[in-house]
Formats: sequence, structure tokens, C-alpha cells
Amino acid sequence: MGNEMIEVPLAGTAIANQEVFAETLQSLAALDKQVVVVTSDSRGSGKLVPFGKKYPAQIVEVGIAEQNLVGMAAGLASTGKKVFAVSPACFLTARALEQIKNDVAYSNNPVKLVGISAGVSYGALGSTHHSLHDFAVLRAIHNITIIAPADGFETAQAVKQVAALSQPFYLRFGKKPMPLLDMEDAIPFEIGKGRVVREGDDIALIATGETVYPALQAAHKLAREYHIEATVVSMHTIKPLDEELLAQLAQKCKAILTVEEHSVYGGLGEACAAWLLKNRYHKAFDLMGIPDEYTVTGSQTEIFNHYGISEQGIAHRALALLRV
Amino acid sequence: MNLELKSREYRRKILKYILKAKAGHTGGSLSCIDILNVLYNEVLNVSPANADAFDRDRYIQSKGHCVEALYVVLADKGFFPESDLETLCQYQSHYIGHPTRKIKGVEQNTGALGHGLPISAGVALAAKMDDLSYRVFTLLGDGELPEGSNWEAALSAAHYKLDNLCAIVDLNGLQITAPTTEVCNTEPLDKKFESFGWAVRHVDGHDIQALRDVFADLPFEKDKPSAIIAHTVKGKGVSFMENELKWHHGVPTEAQYKVAMEELENP
Repeated sequence: MGNEMIEVPLAGTAIANQEVFAETLQSLAALDKQVVVVTSDSRGSGKLVPFGKKYPAQIVEVGIAEQNLVGMAAGLASTGKKVFAVSPACFLTARALEQIKNDVAYSNNPVKLVGISAGVSYGALGSTHHSLHDFAVLRAIHNITIIAPADGFETAQAVKQVAALSQPFYLRFGKKPMPLLDMEDAIPFEIGKGRVVREGDDIALIATGETVYPALQAAHKLAREYHIEATVVSMHTIKPLDEELLAQLAQKCKAILTVEEHSVYGGLGEACAAWLLKNRYHKAFDLMGIPDEYTVTGSQTEIFNHYGISEQGIAHRALALLRV
Repeated sequence: MNLELKSREYRRKILKYILKAKAGHTGGSLSCIDILNVLYNEVLNVSPANADAFDRDRYIQSKGHCVEALYVVLADKGFFPESDLETLCQYQSHYIGHPTRKIKGVEQNTGALGHGLPISAGVALAAKMDDLSYRVFTLLGDGELPEGSNWEAALSAAHYKLDNLCAIVDLNGLQITAPTTEVCNTEPLDKKFESFGWAVRHVDGHDIQALRDVFADLPFEKDKPSAIIAHTVKGKGVSFMENELKWHHGVPTEAQYKVAMEELENP
């Protein structure tokens, strides 16, 4: 499944998901004038400056006003435009939450909400700029599909697929260059279906977004040093959850460990735990994410390392779960 | 039927269905009904036949709580049978206490305040981008004006020169707690809108001819969004409801209902 190639990631291929998003959107805009991006002074961090220069008639700037960003995006989308509303995830999903709930989800205006620099991408800029709540709040709102792609392939696929669908989405991107999980693009991307990027029977590592890569690194370490074989899943779609895959993993593996760049409350881990318990899969289970605190100061990588979202940290947690 | 008579009929229906539902926003529905009357009967190019046409005018009711006024007008225009309103706020009814798109003719789900203007600005901008001639009208309550999202949208509407957008403020002067000037004074409202780049007119929101005239003048200025400050009376048309705070969402008793209907039959 291409997992061998991952061990030495090619630095030249690593590219930030939000950069891939911007490039993909540009290619879509070239073909379809109804593709519109709405920004809140966020085109720089969203890598959308070239988009704005090339397609000035397809970019709407509202200034730093996230509520209006989402409200206007809803209005635009109600007329049939394919609208991507782009803003840092922290502001988009907190400041404009009521607009997301009412104007997008409840009114069923098919806006593609795009949270950029998500999770702890902003690192040392601190908690005002972190979005560790977005999965939780959006999961509790009906009629939004939540997607956190892991790499450039998933990102490009997600952007293309959501553009063609007339329903609300939340896409979550980070700004760290990410290597491809599967250099051959052999594993298809389908909304609502987790991508199994490595197979193994001992433990399932279910990760999402930028934590899939360290989970994959941890799986290689477990195999190399402990002869433990892990399945690694990029659970890019947080909602609706791929329940079929969860059932398969629960039947196949001895333990399940989830990893996410999100509060341990209300995200992927709790979603998996609830489904597994409800369906009587009483497995060894643990979830990794950011604990219920304001994070330590540091870069995204330093914060990840601090909370064990790393090759070493995930491998250790897996060993503890398996009581090795 | 002339529109003055129609307004009286609409008011009777508003009270009828609020009584039946034992719920509703009586005072505000009575203050905005003349505006809706003129809009739907003489201004908007919308009808059940073109409810999905891409070039129809849009009316988005930001003060969603006064949905009873919208319901009786939409029923009158044939968007749905008036008998549907018998189910208002009843178990499993689609006719809830705020507008939803489950009801034919309703453009957007509203109810939380400060949402109508941003959405309307987006729709109006889409018309400009597509070079279409439809117009967008939104009705705001004076009590919802402190919501900051209104002013975010007011900035963008002026920035994008949305002269196809018209915001009507139903300035009845009362909100649930007290007079709006006591709760959070938004005066001078005209100067606020003007300073945000809008063209502003005042109108007597109960004078049918004055409403006709002001709508006929749209846009007030090329390249500017238009704001109409409609001076209204909360509870208008029923003597004991007019300018009385308790009728914000007061439901009449049977006896009060009879008196009110009598006043509206023979003003």
C-alpha cells in the first residue's frame, strides 16, 4: 500500500494543504465562473493572492468581519454560486458560528467553509489563534460535512469533490508542508470513507489531518522496533464518520488509538469511542489530541511533540494500550 | 381590494392565527404589515409561479420573529393555502415561529437577529456579478440594529455599491425590554447609515401611498445601497396594543380578540 516509501519522505514533495487548496481552487475557477472565493483579509495566509490577481471577478473581500463573511457567502451560494468562504479556522468557526449554524447549515446554503491555519498551525501566536474546538462545535450542527485532509492528494480531491456538491461543507487545512501519504495515489479519496494507508492487525491508528503523517511514522517505528503491525487510517471525513470502516477495524485489530489536532473533547476520538461502545465493540481504546488546557507555547511541531503527537509519542501510547 | 383594506384584512388574520397558535409576535407583525403589503402586492416581482426563478426579486425578513405578518401575506399571494396557518406552532407543523424555507415563498431561514442584511448583501452582490437586474429587500427591526453583523454588512454593501439592495428598518421604537432608545440608542440612525455610505429616506411605515412612492424611487442614489427608515407604531391598528410593551409577544384573550377585530372591521 505504498507505506515503504513514507519512511524517507521526499522533502521536495511536501506542500502545505492550504497551498494545494488554493492551487486547486484556481484550476476550478478557470473552468467555472460560478466558483467564487470570499475572504476576510485572509487571502495572504490562504495563499489566494495569485487567485485574486488572476480571477479578480471571482474573489469577494469583506475585510476582517467573519460574521459578514459567512452571511454574504450564504447569500451568494443561495443564488447557485459555488462559494468557498476562507478564513482562519479559529475565527471562522467561533466568531461566525451562528452564521454557520443558521445561514449555512439550517438554511441549507451550500457554502464550502474553509478553515485555514487550523488546529495549532499558528503555534506560538497562542490560543486566540488556535482552533481546537471546530470539530466539536460543527459536529453538533446538523447538515455540515466536516473534512480534514492529510496531504496534498486528499486536499486536491476534497476541493474538487465538494465543489461539485450542492451542500454545506467545512474543510480544515493547515499550513505546514505535508508529504504525500501514498506517493502513487493508489488509494482513492472518497468523502465519508477513511483512507487505509497502512495495513496491520495489532492496532488501528485512526488519525486525521496533519496528525496522519506522524501516526504513519509511528506505525513504521512499531513494526521496526517492536514487530507490531498497525493499520493507519486517514479519517479525513470527521462527519459523517466511516462507520463501516470502524467496524472492520474493531473486528480486525486488538486496540484502537485515535489521533487528532483538536481538543480531546468532542472530536474524532470521542466520535469513534461513542460509535464503538454503542455498537458493543469493547476494545482497548485511547484517544490522543490536545488536553483540556491552553497549550504550551511553541511551534506546531513543538506543541505536537509536547503532547505526544509525534512518531515517538504515538508509538509509546500504542505500546501502553497494547500493554507491551 | 385596495391596499388600505388589504392591510386591515392582513391585521385581522395576524390576530386570528396568533390567537389560534396562542403564540406570536403581535406588536411587531402589526407594525410591519403595511410594508409587506406594499412590497408583495406592488413592488416585488415574486409569485408562486416564479418562486424559483433566478431573476426574481428577493425579500429576506431579518426580523424573523414577526413571521405571522409574512405568513398571511404569502398565503394571500397563493404560496400556500391559508388553512395551513391553522397549524401555526402546532406539533409537527412546518409553520414555526420564524421563517423557514420549508414554507414556499420564504427565501431564507431567519430568526436569530442580525442575519438578514449580510445574507441580502450576498444575494445582491451575486446579482451584480451576474449582471442581473433583480433586487433584494430586507426588513430589519430597530431592536436588532445593535447586532454588529448588520454594520459589517452595511460596510460591504456600500463597498460593493449594491444599489440593488434595500434595507427597510421597521422603526417602531419598542423592543422586548423597553423603548429602543433606552435599551441601546441607535439614533441618529439616518446619519449612521449615511456615514456608512448608504442613501437614506424616511417614510411613514403605515402610509400606503408614501410607501409606494418611496419604493418607486429606488435606488435613491446610483451605486449606493438604500435604507428606508419606516416610522411605525408597534401594535398598529388595535388601540389597546399600540405602543404597549406587553404586546411584543402578547397573545390576546378571546375578549380582547373580539374588541380588536371590531376595531379592525370598523376603524
